[in-house]
Amino acid sequence: MNTACFAAWIEEIARTVHAEKDRLTRLDAAIGDADHGANLDRGFTAVSRVLAAKQPETTGAMLTMVGSTLIRNVGGASGPLYGMAFRQMGRVLGDTPDVSIAQLCTALEAGLAGIQKLGAATEGDKTLVDALAPAIQALAQSVQDGVKPEEAISAAAAAALAGAEATIPMLAHKGRASYLGPRSVGHEDPGAASTALIFAALHAVTTR
Amino acid sequence: MVGIVLISHSGPLAAEVAALAAQIGGQDVPLAAAGGTEDGGLGTSPSLVEAAIKHVDRGDGVILIPDLGSSVLTARLFVGPDVMIADVPFVEGTIAAVVSAGADMSLKNVLAAAMESRSFRKF
Repeated sequence: MNTACFAAWIEEIARTVHAEKDRLTRLDAAIGDADHGANLDRGFTAVSRVLAAKQPETTGAMLTMVGSTLIRNVGGASGPLYGMAFRQMGRVLGDTPDVSIAQLCTALEAGLAGIQKLGAATEGDKTLVDALAPAIQALAQSVQDGVKPEEAISAAAAAALAGAEATIPMLAHKGRASYLGPRSVGHEDPGAASTALIFAALHAVTTR
Repeated sequence: MVGIVLISHSGPLAAEVAALAAQIGGQDVPLAAAGGTEDGGLGTSPSLVEAAIKHVDRGDGVILIPDLGSSVLTARLFVGPDVMIADVPFVEGTIAAVVSAGADMSLKNVLAAAMESRSFRKF
């Protein structure tokens, strides 16, 4: 993946987040404060604007820009969380011109570590970690098995989606939904749902 | 003197808690409210928090007091050797922190005093 490929991914995230804005907000209305869709849409709209004005020259600089722009513009918990993840990914990739699946996996692992440092969530807490961690595990397994990049990304997207759906019966231990206790059960976590969208967007651009 | 920054999802909530704490703890303590988004909506703004930290920093350190949710995550973005977060009840913790800062206590001691408010009983 080169900078053009990352730019296409980010544009696709912005497009799908905008298209799914109302669904994400509805999920958040059930167990949070009903702003996840609107917040992420505002963040990625700002990212698109920055990207259109001037495309960063390296893969690392691009993801760092995405992270910093999200932190400044989202306004909810997903701003610092996704922002930190993209910034950590950018730091790991640096000026790598053509990122392999193994390198993408390492960068995502750093992103997950950043999210966990900030939010202290682990798998099973009903947060975006429940979609992100299995996606990274699927990607790592694919790297180990030596499958084709498209197949690796397809497996990661499927794992993220399954991870998001698996949050439905969970009791929230972190984030705003944790204030609801048992009433958080029966709803998909909005952060896990948006993480699944981010991986679906990656899958969409790599199979074009 | 240690500076205090209140971070809330709501601009008016942070501003009113700051006003209350200033009245009880003294007008001399550098205290700033960073609530809501830049356009006045509900949420947290890292830019407002950053500006508030600069505003109250007198060189003796700054304590951040978040209310809940994204306020905590936004606060964590700014933690460093001279900027600490207090995991305390928003109103009681703020008053305890402002009173101790007003008594010229060190950053560590202001944080400790704020933390004591976690065990305050109302009756």
